[in-house]
Amino acid sequence: MQAVSPSAVGMERPEPRGAVRMTGIAKQFGATSVLRGIDLDIRAGEFITILGPSGCGKSTLLRIIAGLEPQSAGTVAIDGVSMDGLPPDRRDIAMVFQSYALYPHLTVAENIAVPLRMRRLTRLQRLPGARTLPAVRRIGSSIGEAVQAVAATLRLESLLGRKPAQLSGGQKQRVALARAMVRQPKAFLMDEPLSNLDAELRVHMRAEIAQLHRQLGATFIYVTHDQAEAMTMSDRVAVILEGELRQIASPGELYRDPDDLRVAQFVGTPRINVLPAVATAAGIDVLGLPIARQSGLPVGMKLQAAVRPERLAVAGPGVPGRVVYRENLGSDLFLHVAVDGASTAVIVRCDSSALDVTEIGTSLRLAIPPDALLLFDLDGRRLRP
Amino acid sequence: MRGHRLTAPMRLVRHLVLLLGTVAMLAPFVLMVATSFKPKEEIFAAEFHLLPQRLGAAENYHEALTQVPLLHFLLNGAIVTAAIFALQVLVNVPAAYALAKLRFRGRATLFGAVLVCLLIPYQAIALPIYILFYWLGLLNTYAALVLPFTISVFGIFLMRQFFLGVPDDLIDAARIDGMSEYGIVWSVMAPAAIPAIVAFGIFSVVAHWNDYFWPLIAVGDLGLYTPPLGIAHLKLNGEGTAYGPLMAAATIVIAPLVLAFLLAQRRFVEGITFTGLKG
Repeated sequence: MQAVSPSAVGMERPEPRGAVRMTGIAKQFGATSVLRGIDLDIRAGEFITILGPSGCGKSTLLRIIAGLEPQSAGTVAIDGVSMDGLPPDRRDIAMVFQSYALYPHLTVAENIAVPLRMRRLTRLQRLPGARTLPAVRRIGSSIGEAVQAVAATLRLESLLGRKPAQLSGGQKQRVALARAMVRQPKAFLMDEPLSNLDAELRVHMRAEIAQLHRQLGATFIYVTHDQAEAMTMSDRVAVILEGELRQIASPGELYRDPDDLRVAQFVGTPRINVLPAVATAAGIDVLGLPIARQSGLPVGMKLQAAVRPERLAVAGPGVPGRVVYRENLGSDLFLHVAVDGASTAVIVRCDSSALDVTEIGTSLRLAIPPDALLLFDLDGRRLRP
Repeated sequence: MRGHRLTAPMRLVRHLVLLLGTVAMLAPFVLMVATSFKPKEEIFAAEFHLLPQRLGAAENYHEALTQVPLLHFLLNGAIVTAAIFALQVLVNVPAAYALAKLRFRGRATLFGAVLVCLLIPYQAIALPIYILFYWLGLLNTYAALVLPFTISVFGIFLMRQFFLGVPDDLIDAARIDGMSEYGIVWSVMAPAAIPAIVAFGIFSVVAHWNDYFWPLIAVGDLGLYTPPLGIAHLKLNGEGTAYGPLMAAATIVIAPLVLAFLLAQRRFVEGITFTGLKG
């Protein structure tokens, strides 16, 4: 498609298009408030993932951007132009759905051609008999070329004559992508596009979509509940929990430096460990283990200290505990360690060589490096020094 | 299906029961066709033979076709049923789409109204319609035969149930591709609903091809007679005992339906199965 590099044509690459700015977006369904005060600034050409558990409102947000659902409050603007009240087809966006949403009675080629036929042909020209008119035939062949080009990009040439029912899930998804690409929209909206695929194909399509994004240079807004998809593909990830935007950051930042305990818990497998802690004069006290770290917090303040499994070490001196479960993944070994004072077992990532020296019931001590601790108040807000 | 096996005698009994049922269902048709082949004296003969001893088919069918303009009646039947079906689809599909997929105030009430209308037999409102058509000056026209049936609440209900099963994503995709609501109805929903439309079509065509009640009230002009009226007319016109030609006419009248059913049988069964599942 747009894979032509600017130098090859000897001209400046056109301004990237598709900056989406949302201000104060809210949505209520009757008395239930689904989205509250979402402000989100998506840069042109960015791959942004909206991440959240099911029911958090992320799909609703995408449908508001698409114009399929009117927002209760707030504004959506694309490239500085307000989209409020505009129908979906006048927003210059394309959408890919989880269920693919291909027209079952049309062939692959006809499916891909629909957006172009709707835009380039008038109502009368789309009538079945109009195909013989020279003007219609000319437009028709230009549509055919566009379909061929897109099909070539997504390796669909051999499938163009088939009906959707004759395609596999991955093929259907590629046809859905092709239908979105064919009219070169400013932004691609994707609603959990990989959820219906099996695990292996999902990983493959992840790479394919990321590559497509680099090729097209258009804005991708990708909704998912799968943090692996969010972490691997995106420039930035926007985490939405319970209808509110909790944090927007690059995947690495989101993982290392979360603003909110719920974000910290939602991102990362296995889950981040949360331990009760108290601020002391010398630093912080985690389950009786004093950790020297300048926190600037009032002495005696109760805290939640979170630490990633890979940042803990099995070495003394540290918090005493006992192994209750071992998860051996081959490359890694996760030890679940019961610790007095912690409500759930603490998970530690070890080298699989630790398999030889630990078994269920083994007592050990967990060392916590001072810089590994992320501190949150009791409401889950991040406390930064 | 549970895999219980019946003993051989039980299976025999089962088949006998089914066979009896088949005979009971088919007997009138067999008699009709057989009678249409028999000459008059044989029909009234004391002893009964299923097969005609002497073939009287030619004279019976000839009489049926010449005594009254039966072919003209068949044409009327075709015009009326086709017009009714076409208009019904034109009304039902958008109405069912709106009831199944659009969110608007009063949708539940409207669908309730559809369900209530399902309970009203059309004989109950035939007289008011007759009076209305009298005032409009529509009696004794093709319009009188067609118009009362253009809105089929049964059809709306059937299509709505089918449309409920069409994923919302498909409609959203069509909106993003730039289709209007009517575009969605005719280029997305209707093609998806072909099995339902065919099933409904069979119900509709059979009902209106065979309808006797309303045409009897609505038209008096022989030129507008539908096939059932034609048969009745033949009966009244003849000595009332011309069973041979009468049965010949009846055979001619139901033949198109049987043929259509055989051609569309697979679709029909599909349609019934799906309505059973979704409805």
